[in-house]
Amino acid sequence: MIGRFDWLGVIDFFPQLGIGLCYTLLISVVGLLIGFVLGAIFGLGRLSKNKLFYSIASVYVEVIRGTPLLVQAIWVFFALPLIIEYNLASISAGIIVISVNSGAYIAEIVRGAVQSIEKGQMEAGRSLGLTHNQAMRYIIWPQAFKRMIPPLGNQFIISIKDTSLLSVILVPELMFQGRLVASNYFNAVEIYTTVAMFYLAITLTLSFVLRYVERRLNIQ
Amino acid sequence: MIKVRQLYKKFGDNEVLRGIDCEMKEKEVVCVIGPSGSGKSTFLRCLNLLETITSGEVIIDGENIMNPNIDINKIRTEVGMVFQQFNLFPHKNVMENIILAPMKVRKLSREEAIARGEKLLEKVGLSDKGRSYPQQLSGGQQQRVAIARALAMEPKLMLFDEPTSALDPELVGEVLAVMKQLAEEGMTMIVVTHEMGFAREVADRVLFMDHGLIVEEGTPEQIFTSPRSERTKEFLNKVL
Repeated sequence: MIGRFDWLGVIDFFPQLGIGLCYTLLISVVGLLIGFVLGAIFGLGRLSKNKLFYSIASVYVEVIRGTPLLVQAIWVFFALPLIIEYNLASISAGIIVISVNSGAYIAEIVRGAVQSIEKGQMEAGRSLGLTHNQAMRYIIWPQAFKRMIPPLGNQFIISIKDTSLLSVILVPELMFQGRLVASNYFNAVEIYTTVAMFYLAITLTLSFVLRYVERRLNIQ
Repeated sequence: MIKVRQLYKKFGDNEVLRGIDCEMKEKEVVCVIGPSGSGKSTFLRCLNLLETITSGEVIIDGENIMNPNIDINKIRTEVGMVFQQFNLFPHKNVMENIILAPMKVRKLSREEAIARGEKLLEKVGLSDKGRSYPQQLSGGQQQRVAIARALAMEPKLMLFDEPTSALDPELVGEVLAVMKQLAEEGMTMIVVTHEMGFAREVADRVLFMDHGLIVEEGTPEQIFTSPRSERTKEFLNKVL
């Protein structure tokens, strides 16, 4: 079974897969950074008493969470340019999709973490004369941020894997390169197995880093 | 120092306070007793606007806290509060818990705030615990830190919301001792409590609340030995 396949030959394609890996990492890192900013802003929106801000944030979260990432990617790459009459490079489109998509999930993580802090913490802060913003900054956020780390790590891993869907909109990332090689050299077993291993290497590394951070911050 | 007139508080259709009237002088220690659900805690929380007041008038130190133009944060700096669940900040150590508000609100320097914190920790008998985190302390110690934290703002009035109800019985005494000392030093205090012994010994005046009203008030002597109202008698029979 195993012997029929040319496993050593895969090494010849490492440079090409390496380029794909770099794009995967680039899009993941930039996308998640922007996603985190979006998540923090709209997460605050979901907590806001301001009806307009709350509504905008809720619509954003529900629309993004309620539609498939693949549809979002194809919409941004093929439909959006017709509306704004401007052609997006596939990489830009890919970054937009990952940012906006992860942002919606991160918004919910932010909201959940802030709401999980006991009501008494805010009351204690306010009873000492701190303003609402001071209490958020010095009391609620530091505690909420710690609670966000495990679910954020989970979301990071999901988003990294999700970038593989961007191959459909011609982003030259890892999955895209793998498909290119496999269709030219008819070595689907070897290449797709290798691609899977590459993804696993990234996510396992991230898991390891997260576990270290959690231990350092003493999160149970 | 405090004047409350016709204070009403509703949660939806549920009327929790139904017209509270009371007055308090400086340096007075008032204990509020009564069955659970009688509105004692809600009354206390209305006094620093942790609950919005449905209607009525609350005047603290000459300022009507219902006035929409008033800076509620400023009122709160004059009114310290101690909670049943302590509510210490778990991500900060004891000293950081104490100095946060004096630094951010009173704008003390870190050194001044720490000097003040050290004095207060000494006062509550926890001089060696400045670097400990709340979860490393017993409930009684946590509550004493919470008292020190409130005192660090140098409030004119202290509110205690069932400060010993979440404590193991053997830890109640150390918290009450700190409160008693505070009362003897002339702090103005309102204490919602189930500790009848404390009310009897320390209070200048006792209020008995039931169903959102002050049913009876008087000196501890009078309330505990010759209550006038039937409901007060009934309650005291159950708890004493």
